Amino acid sequence: MDEILEILADDARLGADEIAKLTGKSKAAVAKEIAGYEKDGTIVKYKTVINREGLTEADSFVMAVIEVGVMPQKDLGFDSIAERIYSFPEVKSCYLLSGTYDLLVLVEGQTMQTIADFVASKLSPLPHVRSTATHFLLKKYKEDGVVLKKTKSRKRLNIAY
Amino acid sequence: MTQRIAKKVASMPPSGIRAFFELVLGMKDVISLGVGEPDFVTPWHIREKAIWSLEQGYTSYTSNQGMIELRREVARFIERRYGISYDPKQEILITVGVSEGIDLAMRAILDPGSKILIPEPSYVSYEPMARLAGGRPILLPTRIENGFKLTPDQIDAVCRKEKNIKAMLINYPCNPTGTSYTRSELGALARVIKRHDLIVISDEVYDELSFDFDHTPLAALPGMKDRVIYLNGLSKGYAMTGSRIGWACGPDDVLAAMTKIHQYTIMCASITGQMAGIEALKRGSRAVQDMKREYMRRRRYIVDALNEIGLECHMPQGTFYVFPSVASSGKDGMTFAQELLKQQKVALVPGVAFGKSFTHHVRIAYAASYEDLKESVRRIQIYLASGS
Repeated sequence: MDEILEILADDARLGADEIAKLTGKSKAAVAKEIAGYEKDGTIVKYKTVINREGLTEADSFVMAVIEVGVMPQKDLGFDSIAERIYSFPEVKSCYLLSGTYDLLVLVEGQTMQTIADFVASKLSPLPHVRSTATHFLLKKYKEDGVVLKKTKSRKRLNIAY
Repeated sequence: MTQRIAKKVASMPPSGIRAFFELVLGMKDVISLGVGEPDFVTPWHIREKAIWSLEQGYTSYTSNQGMIELRREVARFIERRYGISYDPKQEILITVGVSEGIDLAMRAILDPGSKILIPEPSYVSYEPMARLAGGRPILLPTRIENGFKLTPDQIDAVCRKEKNIKAMLINYPCNPTGTSYTRSELGALARVIKRHDLIVISDEVYDELSFDFDHTPLAALPGMKDRVIYLNGLSKGYAMTGSRIGWACGPDDVLAAMTKIHQYTIMCASITGQMAGIEALKRGSRAVQDMKREYMRRRRYIVDALNEIGLECHMPQGTFYVFPSVASSGKDGMTFAQELLKQQKVALVPGVAFGKSFTHHVRIAYAASYEDLKESVRRIQIYLASGS
């Protein structure tokens, strides 16, 4: 991966001036490259990884992983049915997989009932959806390469040769 | 009892900056740029192998020279990377870090009064270890003006003046300066070394952290393998300081001598560390490259930032250290370090720790997060502006 993308993937808050210092490129060159990535859709969005475990009741939510079996459509394959599914705002992630089912769908709702309703009334009735298997998520440990538990303070000495 | 402590130990000067170290260690919430080790933890697959080895009951002694599997991995690594062949049975010894290798090498080659050249500034153990082994260290000063590099002329001049110099120590990329040498620079050094028939102890533990050009071991140069004790280990590149795994490679007679001392003093390096070492050398290179890229970014940042705030800093070619001069602050390095610690809670190491004459330098280890580096620079700036 390009160095600028690698740096931004780790910390999206860094501006062109700081990335310029880290890479030895000029600020203008970095800004131009970032603008290019934003324009061509390589950089889709800048987001924050939030551990919601400590948040209040009102912000609590339930997540489910749903394995969806679908009938691919002639000429359109899986893309068209995937689009119908991922367009629901409840769907946080949607992947096409090889193996015993086709789409892996991550769904978020306020309660288990919300998700149950979504599966029963929105997802399952869709044409071309053959099967669903819903697994409720119990705990998140790591997301997008980031361990959500706050790590303990450093174990190094403060000074050594 | 007249004198309990042996004279050669009693005469070793205590580290002049021990009091400063105590001060740092007794202080809380310090941002530390004073540590000579990576801020990364050992990559998980390596730690996992160590855990597995304990579960499987690998808890015994190993061969004195180290597990043959590890010595073979070391031999493969050196052959693959640098094209030098060492026989894992005769020419490789697994040591407890490179520190042990330095001690063994000195004791194996130095007789009472043997002269050994040691560059300055340098890692703290070389001179005391040479003295403990009975040797007579002769210091080779290097200066910021020429990037802290040793020159062939300098070595030649000292050898002509001093006569009968037996050995020389070299460390590159260098702690504390980060200085390293290109293949052609090493070639010029090698010619002088051969001319004066020196044995060289080459501490190359930072070889994985060479940023601007490929590292070349001194032993890889024509005619050098038989006169170089080539020391390396996993501490720095692989972030494995706590595992204490290093190795010494060299001519079989020297290695046999070092192994004799090692077998009576150390017996063998820890088997858990050695098991982790096998995994590191087999599958660790990707993690090393990831860490190296990160250090390179921090290096660019810290060198620019220090020069911008008026502290003269040369661009080092490797390691995770810079060795700027603080002369522009009007303070010596020790005062600078003490005041910065007390007023701004940033720890770094005064240059005198690495050589008596480096009174106006400090060593900054940029093996720290970018956030900590930025905050440290901000605090150094406040300290400089306060003028006290």
